[in-house]
Amino acid sequence: MYVWIWRHLPGPLAVRMLQVLVAISLVSLLLLFVIFPWIEPHLPINKVTVSTK
Amino acid sequence: MSGDTIVAPSAAAPLPNPRHSTVGDKVRFALRGIGQTLITLGLVVLLFAVYEVWITNIFAHREQVKVYNALHQEWLNGFDPLSLPETGPHSIPPGSGIAVLYIPRLGADYHFAIVQGSVVPDDSQLEKGPAHYADTQLPGQIGNFGVAGHRVGKGEPFLNLDHLRSGDTVVVETKSMWWVYKVLGRPDGADPEGNMTSIASKCGDGSVSGIPVPGREIVDPSDGDVLLPVPSHPGCTPTTAALMTMTTCHPKFTASQRMIVHAQLATQYKNNRHWISSGKFPPQIAALYQEASA
Repeated sequence: MYVWIWRHLPGPLAVRMLQVLVAISLVSLLLLFVIFPWIEPHLPINKVTVSTK
Repeated sequence: MSGDTIVAPSAAAPLPNPRHSTVGDKVRFALRGIGQTLITLGLVVLLFAVYEVWITNIFAHREQVKVYNALHQEWLNGFDPLSLPETGPHSIPPGSGIAVLYIPRLGADYHFAIVQGSVVPDDSQLEKGPAHYADTQLPGQIGNFGVAGHRVGKGEPFLNLDHLRSGDTVVVETKSMWWVYKVLGRPDGADPEGNMTSIASKCGDGSVSGIPVPGREIVDPSDGDVLLPVPSHPGCTPTTAALMTMTTCHPKFTASQRMIVHAQLATQYKNNRHWISSGKFPPQIAALYQEASA
């Protein structure tokens, strides 16, 4: 998949590297600030309370 | 004759048709795809760890500062949220600050505004700071002041709760008072795990007896009884003891168990506008920091 993407990026090497960096940053930001905050409450981690009756 | 019809292999081999890949090529393609997927998933999990221990702290710190400043402003304005009724429409709003927590053992800059929680504090309250279990007592009251806090990420107020030793002080500042609790167990700096202090209590039939309560215990998440006025003893109330119980997850990064630390009110000092506006400790509280660093 990554090879396919690399082949289809336009421009010379330097421009392609720049595009790759931008793409990685975008995906990371999406994960960190949108996907993880959304998914985290559904994960069984970081529960700190005891149940009371 | 066969000798005449054989085409030299070297003539055809250099130009294989790219659309007809061999079985080997297909296997390689599939394996490469699986490999890349696994590496990608690994990186995503790593990024999630970064999110948990770093990004969530940034957001939580921002929330905590807001709550802390709002509480301080209320105090300066002469308003004490703890003076509100405990139930009804005008009770303390969940998610707002009620007190400030200091633990000298965890450093001079360790302080967190404690927010009012629900009966069981929820994620939005816990992200702001350690949260009070609404049905438990308030600071200084006879019974048990229950507080939950995150261990890893989300401001991680209780990250190092396991560093507390028996006799260590846990200070709760309210508008009117500095409440000084001490972790239960023999007050000689021993490991508080299973280290008991006897709490004089009145149980069902009216008889008074000493009930042992440990400084620290590891319990099941369903064990809400640790928050009872006399921890783990339904139907009992302390005759004079004001306890405080802190809960967090255990072991770190997991939610399989809970770490519980119990403390008992030892002393109290009056708070006033001077200390609130100056942001300084009264000498008795400052002395606790000297003790902890000695």
